[in-house]
Amino acid sequence: MNQTTASSTTATIASDAFALDPADREAILEERAHYPYPQAACIEALKIVQKRHGHVPDGAIPAIAETLGIGVANVEGVATFYSLIFRQPVGRHVILICDSSSCFLTDYEELRNAFIAHLGIQMGQTTADGRFTLLPVCCLGACDRGPTILIGEDLHGPVVPDEIPRLLEAYA
Amino acid sequence: MSRILQSASERRAETHPLTWRLHDDQSPVQLEEYRRTQGYDAVTKMLEQYTYETLTEEVKSANLRGRGGAGFSAGFKWSLTMKGEDVPRGYIVCNADEMEPGTFKDRLLMEQQPHLLIEGMIIAGFANRSKQGYIFLRGEYHRAAAAIQRALADARADGWLGADVRGSGWDFDIALHTGAGRYICGEETALINSLEGKRANPRAKPPFPGQSGAWGLPTVVNNVETLCNVPGIVNHGADWFQALSGDLSSDGGTKLYGVSGKVRNPGLWELPMGTTGNRIIELAGGMRDGLSLKSWLPGGGSTGFLLPEHLELALDFDTIGKTGSRMGTGLLTVVADNQSMVSLTRNLEEFFARESCGWCTPCRDGLPWSVKLLRALEAGEGESGDIELLEQMARDLGPGKTFCAHAPGAAMPLASAIHYFRDEFERGITQSKGEAHADPIPVGSV
Ligand SMILES: Cc1cc2nc3c(=O)[nH]c(=O)nc-3n(C[C@H](O)[C@H](O)[C@H](O)COP(=O)(O)O)c2cc1C
Ligand code: SF4
Ligand code: FES
Repeated sequence: MNQTTASSTTATIASDAFALDPADREAILEERAHYPYPQAACIEALKIVQKRHGHVPDGAIPAIAETLGIGVANVEGVATFYSLIFRQPVGRHVILICDSSSCFLTDYEELRNAFIAHLGIQMGQTTADGRFTLLPVCCLGACDRGPTILIGEDLHGPVVPDEIPRLLEAYA
Repeated sequence: MSRILQSASERRAETHPLTWRLHDDQSPVQLEEYRRTQGYDAVTKMLEQYTYETLTEEVKSANLRGRGGAGFSAGFKWSLTMKGEDVPRGYIVCNADEMEPGTFKDRLLMEQQPHLLIEGMIIAGFANRSKQGYIFLRGEYHRAAAAIQRALADARADGWLGADVRGSGWDFDIALHTGAGRYICGEETALINSLEGKRANPRAKPPFPGQSGAWGLPTVVNNVETLCNVPGIVNHGADWFQALSGDLSSDGGTKLYGVSGKVRNPGLWELPMGTTGNRIIELAGGMRDGLSLKSWLPGGGSTGFLLPEHLELALDFDTIGKTGSRMGTGLLTVVADNQSMVSLTRNLEEFFARESCGWCTPCRDGLPWSVKLLRALEAGEGESGDIELLEQMARDLGPGKTFCAHAPGAAMPLASAIHYFRDEFERGITQSKGEAHADPIPVGSV
């Protein structure tokens, strides 16, 4: 269970098993100030929560709604729309494999199959040790370096299957 | 990451307005260097010499066409923005969502020269009487985000952003908004919904964003490369911009062209608008050993496939438009002779099916169906009639049948692949349709 330190400040809003970290709440309120309406900070709020927990736990939805003063459904609808908002736990490192056309033409399917074989998981799954999650992603805007992948904030390309073990060593 | 394959010594201020400052080592051009090399001169000139009307006129006569893919004249778009003393000031939004398969130009501009984009946005903001700019950046572009954040802070500290820009009495600021995935966010009205923190479903037009966009205020959405062209136009004038493309094209300026696929030197080049496909493939060193070029996409996954013979055409909006394809983003994707058009089309339609926002039926339901048919053809298990069905689908996904241009974008590669490479699709058909399999369900039993 991801548990934030139970804080004595009134800023912590509890919702079932979830408590919004006070620092996250502050960050969300600060984001809110950047836009004319609170709904606009919704995506950023989800990202703030995700940064701490790795994903957006169900309990975070009402907590964000309450912090921003918007409807729960408005947060839920957004949280389920965007592909980089994870609603289930993911590994410590998310490997996004570009599956768009230029990478397809530079043999991304071979690379994807090599990742699947190496990690022993299918696309969309997480390794048993919680280290890696494999997901597809739209064109990463580095098609001249295809096939490309993004691990955390690091872009790699062109990646050849043989390189996978060495490449992953950097991600504990 | 992605590279300009022209060396710094080849790129000059007068001929390469987008890339002349870029370093061979790809490190970003920071404020001090940018200022030293004419940076922000266009803002100074604008504040001294232009009104928002004369500025819009200048950009209009330069014929700067939108580099996001549709090629709509930027100056003309600005002239349609609702603005005036009695109209509330709205927003200038930079579309930095770059997710079009095969497109890798905006990332490079933002990572290596963020001030050029900021300068372009300040000018676009002035021309449209915007009070605020937003850069809508896709969430995966971490390096670009860092470069932009730093550049915004530096520009603000130097007085180019914020209250009373350089003592002119004019207020304008820019904020960075990062996305959370989904290709559809790049469609300009979906982008506005996303900016407002909502689901990225497109909006009905009219009203156009220029009348009522973000939070109901006049909003102008322009692509990164479009905005990066603006400072040059202000510095050197519309005639200079027109002359950049000389006789090659009636569209002004230069273009970031690129090639991906199995060529020897994939990459990017800043070239006069209207450069031919042949010239660009030549710069890319031609196909890798043993391969020849079978087909190509002129500007991303939502443009139509073309043949080798089309490579002699000028790559500009009107010329490529006449082939039935579109120039799109102007970054070529090449297909080698040993690569299957059926498989590639399946890959593209999988992309469009997954990225559909789900709002309209032909797009939400038709695209997964097309993927199913294409998979069968790819596996050699197609049935007679499948190709005709795919053609019918491409028509049903076409312009005017759906809420936004996502579905017509998906239809383009599908229809053109079948049009030019029908034999490859026919080879996938091994089964005849036969009689209907299921017995009719007796009335009353359901
Ligand atoms: C599905 C879809 C995705 C799009 N994605 C982008 C994008 O990522 N970047 C972009 O600049 N334009 C994109 N566009 C085009 C925009 O809707 C809009 O035309 C463009 O941002 C206008 O800027 P411009 O006139 O400067 O080109 C997309 C359009 C559609 C239909
Ligand atoms: S065409 Fe597709 S992406 Fe566009 S609004 Fe309709 S369902 Fe959404
Ligand atoms: S298609 Fe993979 S990076 Fe563009």
